[in-house]
Amino acid sequence: MTLAILNGRIITPSGVIEGGVLCRDGRIEAVGAFDVPADAERIDARGKYVAPGIVDVGVFAIDMPAFVAGGITRALLMPDQSPPLDTVALIQRAAAAGKPQVWIHPLAAATRGLHGTDLAEVGLMARGGATGIATGRDWIADSAVMHRLLSYAGALGLVTVSHAEDGGLARGAVATEAESATRMGLPAAPAEAEALAVQRDLLLAEISGAPLHFRQVTTARALDLIRAAKAKGLPVTCGITPAHFLLSDVAMGDFRTFARLSPPLREEADRLACIAALADGTIDLICSGHDPRGPEAKRLPFSDAEPGMAGAETLLALSLALVRNGAITIERLFQLLATSPAQRFGLPAGAIEPGAEADLLIVDPHAPWRIDSEKLVASAGNTPFDGLPVEGKVMTTIKGGTILG
Amino acid sequence: MSSAPPRSTDERLGVHPFPHRHLLGIAGLAPHEILFLLDEAEQWIALNRSTEKRDDRLHGLTQINAFFENSTRTLLSFEIAGKRLGMDVVNMAVAQSSVKKGETLIDTAITLNAMRPDVIVIRHDASGAVRLIADKVDCPVLNAGDGRHEHPTQALLDALTIRRRKGRIAGLTVAICGDVLHSRVARSNILALGTLGADVRVVGPPTLLPPHVERMGVTRFTDFDAGLEGADVVMMLRLQSERMDGAFVPSPREYHALYGLTTERLARAAPDALVMHPGPMNRGVEIASAVADDLNRSAIPEQVEMGVALRMACLDVLTRRQRGVEGWA
Repeated sequence: MTLAILNGRIITPSGVIEGGVLCRDGRIEAVGAFDVPADAERIDARGKYVAPGIVDVGVFAIDMPAFVAGGITRALLMPDQSPPLDTVALIQRAAAAGKPQVWIHPLAAATRGLHGTDLAEVGLMARGGATGIATGRDWIADSAVMHRLLSYAGALGLVTVSHAEDGGLARGAVATEAESATRMGLPAAPAEAEALAVQRDLLLAEISGAPLHFRQVTTARALDLIRAAKAKGLPVTCGITPAHFLLSDVAMGDFRTFARLSPPLREEADRLACIAALADGTIDLICSGHDPRGPEAKRLPFSDAEPGMAGAETLLALSLALVRNGAITIERLFQLLATSPAQRFGLPAGAIEPGAEADLLIVDPHAPWRIDSEKLVASAGNTPFDGLPVEGKVMTTIKGGTILG
Repeated sequence: MSSAPPRSTDERLGVHPFPHRHLLGIAGLAPHEILFLLDEAEQWIALNRSTEKRDDRLHGLTQINAFFENSTRTLLSFEIAGKRLGMDVVNMAVAQSSVKKGETLIDTAITLNAMRPDVIVIRHDASGAVRLIADKVDCPVLNAGDGRHEHPTQALLDALTIRRRKGRIAGLTVAICGDVLHSRVARSNILALGTLGADVRVVGPPTLLPPHVERMGVTRFTDFDAGLEGADVVMMLRLQSERMDGAFVPSPREYHALYGLTTERLARAAPDALVMHPGPMNRGVEIASAVADDLNRSAIPEQVEMGVALRMACLDVLTRRQRGVEGWA
């Protein structure tokens, strides 16, 4: 099958170029100007960007309609499933769940049952298709366990994905210690719970030499630690979701449980530090943290509600705000959404170049729409951005040369 | 960045002196609205002191007290208030309810609403839970305490007590002392007394003061003696027993030594300082018996008395719209 996308602005590793992308048999054959074969299906991308498909690191659910609507062509699945992904069989099943559509790359549970005590069979799971390993929703509190884990996984060449919140400080907390939490009477932990966790994990990564990725880093102090660690040459990376660079803790007002997230929303100064870190390269990637939760988990008092947001289909529209505000360029945005995550986890994706797999999205950067939790195609509409008008809509998502939607 | 949808609970109704459907908190109330409720309560104090404690203006209405958290005095106070106004008062205590059987809060709210009550009084141990229920029912809701968030009728009865004893609230120095962190009484009082012009201090061990509480417009003291200096009102808070033994403070006796209100300590406050406590008291922990029982200083029994009158006022005012009272429809 041949597909010719024409008249677009193509985001390539060497910059934005005007022209098209020719896909044949699942791969990119030509970029820019080319002769359109007679049998090719044509897509006119006039006024739109053609970009690499998003590689979303750390989703909590396999939610195909939301991924397709969001331009996500590969998703790294967190091990926090029921049951947790801590055996080879479960990894194999998860890895097969998406193909040939959106590819699911499972992250293996770092510890058995995600209990944070005994190492899971991460070597066997890696052979079975795990793309990396993850501590899950929680931090591993026991430093000895984390030390052994990093040493072991590092030797296997596996990236460990950690959740950066000190378990002791954050226990029972549902918000960041700040004026909002005080006024609302919510149990809260200091924002430094993040830097404390990051610092320990960085030291353990340094002595073990293991590659480490923090799924989300959301505070100025923790970002400073990561900036310094990168300057020292440590193999550390981190991600963030749009919620933490667009919202602060005031979004919890009226006890809106859609704004109950883990880590919790931070104060405005931290939000601004996140945007600076996206611009200066301290933050390596933007992810959706897609975690659809129905009313049974969200229509509860704030402290009793489960954390998490449905983020897949709003990921690109919300991230485009960074480009419009001048914080980053469009090329940098797709580095954050596709190129960097693919490179970090060794996936053959994330760049539009001849020979690469044809994982693409076409986005109209100016198409206006309003985020409406009732109308999201995700399996649940728990978004803290409900009601927000945004610009930028994914028009087409293509995986391996096949149009998914 | 995102805009909140309009909430029924914030809906302002008409132009009458209390244009709110519910009483969910002090936050959002204007000074004149607070004063209106205090003024309305005055008439009920006289009635409550007479032999015939009955006014049937709410006759035929049904009040449900849905208490998801144990309470003796607040429940009793609301029950008496409703009955003295002629309402049929029904109590739903958590021990007898289907909440224990796993029913969600929303389902409970829908069930309560289907019983067609005219007013619902709710206490719950989670901050924000009362608002969640209020959004799902058709009648006025009174918050009788939600988690650490608010306890508006307590703050209003405290303001009423202070106003009657001191003649005013504006310009007074009020020291709120003890476990402010876990206290909805403290939060509502900070908002109510601050709105009415008092100079509010919070005083307690650093482990029991909420972070950034200064941003609520109060002065923070960790030295009890300094916090009491010159105070016109000393409001003591209850320290829950599960927080006394090493979790937030080392021991009850250390707490009493550092933060317990004794006659000697009280001497640092203004000579005519009023001592208050929302109850129930831990005698010998946050307050010495000699202070609690000093009739010249302690307003503690009076707070309970004002509680009934103030709650009668709230029940009356909030049901005026549905009763079609002239000027309120």
